Amino acid sequence: MENFEFINAIVLLSNFVIVPALSYGSQLALATLSLTIIYGVLRFSNFAQADWMSFGTMATILFTWLFQSIGITAGILPTALLALPFAIIVTALFCLLIDRSVYSFYRKQKSQPIVLMIVSVGVMFILQAVVRFIIGPNDRKFFDGEKYIVHALDFKNYFGLEEGLTIKSTQLITVIVALIAMISLFYFLQKTKLGKSMRAYSNNEDLALLSGINPEKIVIVTWVISSILITTAGVLYGLDKSFKPFTYFNLLLPMFAAAIVGGIGSPIGAVIGGYVIAFSEITLTYAYKKFFMYLLPENLEPSGLMQVLSTDYKFAISFIILVIVLIVRPTGIVRGKII
Amino acid sequence: MSEDLRAPVAFTVMAVLLAIVGFTQSWSVSLSVINLCIISSIMAIGVNLQWGYGGLFNAGVMGFTALGGLTAVLVSHDPIYEAWDKAGVGIIISAIIFILSITALLFVFRNIENKQIRNTLIILIIVFSLIGINNFYGPSIDIIESINPAKTGFLGGLGLPIIFSWLIAAVVAGLVAWVIGKITLRLRSDYLAIATLGISEIVIAVVKHEDWLSRGVKNVSGLDRPVPYEIELQQSEWFLNLVERINFSKLEAMQSLSSRQDLLNDLVIDSSGIFVKLCYAGLFFSVLLLIFYLSQLALNSPWGRMLRAIRDNEEAASAMGKNIFAQHLQIFIIGSAIIGIAGAMLTTLDGQFTPGSYRPLRFTFIIWLMVIIGGSGNNLGSIFGGFFIWFIWIEAEPLSIGFMNMLAGGLEYDNPLRMHLLGSAAHLRLFIMGLLLLLALRFMPRGVIPEKIQKK
Repeated sequence: MENFEFINAIVLLSNFVIVPALSYGSQLALATLSLTIIYGVLRFSNFAQADWMSFGTMATILFTWLFQSIGITAGILPTALLALPFAIIVTALFCLLIDRSVYSFYRKQKSQPIVLMIVSVGVMFILQAVVRFIIGPNDRKFFDGEKYIVHALDFKNYFGLEEGLTIKSTQLITVIVALIAMISLFYFLQKTKLGKSMRAYSNNEDLALLSGINPEKIVIVTWVISSILITTAGVLYGLDKSFKPFTYFNLLLPMFAAAIVGGIGSPIGAVIGGYVIAFSEITLTYAYKKFFMYLLPENLEPSGLMQVLSTDYKFAISFIILVIVLIVRPTGIVRGKII
Repeated sequence: MSEDLRAPVAFTVMAVLLAIVGFTQSWSVSLSVINLCIISSIMAIGVNLQWGYGGLFNAGVMGFTALGGLTAVLVSHDPIYEAWDKAGVGIIISAIIFILSITALLFVFRNIENKQIRNTLIILIIVFSLIGINNFYGPSIDIIESINPAKTGFLGGLGLPIIFSWLIAAVVAGLVAWVIGKITLRLRSDYLAIATLGISEIVIAVVKHEDWLSRGVKNVSGLDRPVPYEIELQQSEWFLNLVERINFSKLEAMQSLSSRQDLLNDLVIDSSGIFVKLCYAGLFFSVLLLIFYLSQLALNSPWGRMLRAIRDNEEAASAMGKNIFAQHLQIFIIGSAIIGIAGAMLTTLDGQFTPGSYRPLRFTFIIWLMVIIGGSGNNLGSIFGGFFIWFIWIEAEPLSIGFMNMLAGGLEYDNPLRMHLLGSAAHLRLFIMGLLLLLALRFMPRGVIPEKIQKK
C-alpha cells in the first residue's frame, strides 16, 4: 500500500509538472536559441523576436489551411508539421527583406547595439500589425491528427492507480522536434565550416573579416537559422496550446529571461535557461497539497494548498528569476558574454 | 529648415491639426485628445530625462505609470474601516515580516563571506518568512476580500483629495525607482532595458492580482475629481448665465421661447462637458509647464552639464571623478517620479483605475516613440512628440477606416475581402507607429526638434 502511494505521488507530479514543463521548456529553449543566435552574431537584443514567432506560426497556419483544403494531411501527425518547412522559407525570406531594408543600414554605420534594439522595436510594431492584419488578433487552434498518446483514463485502468498520466501527442512531438533541432544546430555550429565561421564572427568580428569570412553570408545564415528555430518553436507552442498574437508577444520576456539566466550569447546557456524558466514557472505555481497527501501520513497532511506562489504570478516568475540572476550572477549560468 | 525654426513650426502644425479635429469632429473630442497629449508629454519628458540626458534605456515606463495610478487610488479612496478593523493587523504584521526578511537577506548577502553558511542562512530566512507571511497574510486577505466584495473588498485609501496623489505618486515612483535602479543600473544598456521591462511586468502582476490592495482586475471606479462634475455645473446659476451670455446671438435668433429653452439646454449640456475638460486641461497644462520649467532649469545647470558629459563619454567623466552610478541613479529616480506623476494624472482623468489596461505597447513603447521622434535630449521635442504621437495614435483609427474604405471601394457590401479589410483597419495604427519610428530613425535620427549642441 505504501508503495502505491509513492507511485501515485510520482505519477501526479509527472502529469502536472514534469511533462508540461518539459514540453514548454523545449519550446522556450528553441525560441531562446534563436534570440541568442541573433544576439551573438548581430549583437543586439531583438525585441521583435516574439513577433517573428507569431509571424512564422501564422505562415504555418496559412499553409496548414491550404493543405487541408486540398486534402493533404499527415495522418496521425498534425498537418502543421508538413506546412512547417514552407512557412520557414516564407519567414526567412521576410526576415531577409526586413534585414536588407532596415537593419543593414545601421550595420554599415556601425551603430551602437542600443540603436539596433530601438530599431527592432519599430520592426516589432510592424510585424504585430502584419500578423494581426492577415490572421486577426483572436485565438486559433490548428491542431489535427491523433490527440493523445497516453490517456489518463487508460493509464489508470491499466496500472490500477488512482492517478492518471496524460501525454498529449503534441508534447512528445515537441520534445522530439526540439531535440532534433538542437542537435543539428550544435552539430552545425561545432562541426561545419560555416558554423565555425559564424562562431568566429561572433567572437571577434575584425579578426574574422581578416581571415576572409564574408560578413554578408554570415548575416544571411544567421537570419535563416533564427527563422528556422523561431518558427519551429512557435508552431510547437501553438500546437500544444493555441496561437494568439498577444500571447506570443508575452513570450518575449520569458525568452529574454531564459537567455540571460542561461548566459546571454551562449547557445548551451539558452537551452539550459529555457528549461530553468519553464520548470520554475510550473513547479513554483503548482499546488502540492495532493502530492503530500499521498506521501505523508494522515495526521501530517497539509491544510493549505502548499503552493509557493499563486498561479496569478506564473507570468511574473520568469522576471523574478531574471532579477535574482541579475543581482547574484549577471553573467548567467553558463558564463555568457561579458556585460 | 534652420533648427531654431523647427520648434515653432512643429507646434503650429500641431495646433492646426488639433483645431481641424475641433472643427470637423467636435471640440469635446479635440479637448480629450489634448488632455491625453499633455499627460503623454509629461511621461515623455520623464523618459527623455533618462534617455536623452542620462542615456538610460528605461523600458519600465508602464510600471511607473501603474504605480502612479495605484497611488491615486490609495490617496483618494475612502478608507474601508471594517477591513482595517478585522484584518489590518495581519497585513501590517506580514508587511513587517516582509521588510525584516529583505533586510536580513541583504545583511547576510553583504556581510557573510563563507558561501556555505551564507546559502543556508538565505534559504532559512526565505523559508521562515514564507511560513510567517503565509500564516498572517493569507487569512487577512481572505477577510479583506470578503468584506462587501462587489463594491470594495480592499483596504481602501486615505480619503484625501486626489490632487495630493500627484505629488505622492512622484515620491512612490521615485522610491521604487531607487530600488530598481540599485539592482539594474550597473548593467549594460540593453540589459537595463530588458530588466526594467521585466520589473514593470512584475509591478503590473502585483496590482492586477493583489485584490486587497487595488481590487485587481475588478477595477476601482468612481474616484473623486479635482474639477466640478457636469451635473453640478448644469444646475448652478453662474454657469447657466455664462452659457447664455456666450451664445447670446444664437439664442436671440430663435423664434419661440420653447425652442430657445431647448437650445439652451443642449448648449448647457455640451458646454458643461467642455468646461470640465478645460478645467482638466488647465490643471494638466500647469503641471506640464512646471515640470518643463524645472527640468530646463536643472539641465542647464552644472548638474545637467555633468549628466550630458557622462552620457557622451562615461570613461572621461569617470576619470574626472564623477560617480557615474550615483548620477545615473539620480536621473533614473527623477525621470521615474515624473512618469509616476503622469500616471496619477491619467487615473485622475479617467476617474478609475483599471490594472488590466496596462499594456507595454501602449504605456512603454509608444512613450519611447514620442521621445525618439520628438527629439531625444530636448524637452521641447518630447512635448511635441507627446502631442504628435498621441494625436496619430488616436486619429489613426478613423483615418485607417477611411483608407480601407477607399481600398475596398469597388467591392460589394458583403464581399469577404472588404469585410476583412475593414475589420483589420484598427491594426493599421500599429503599422503606422512602426513605420514612423523606422523612418525617423533612418532619416531624422535626432528627431523633429533636435537637441541643441551648446557651444561655449
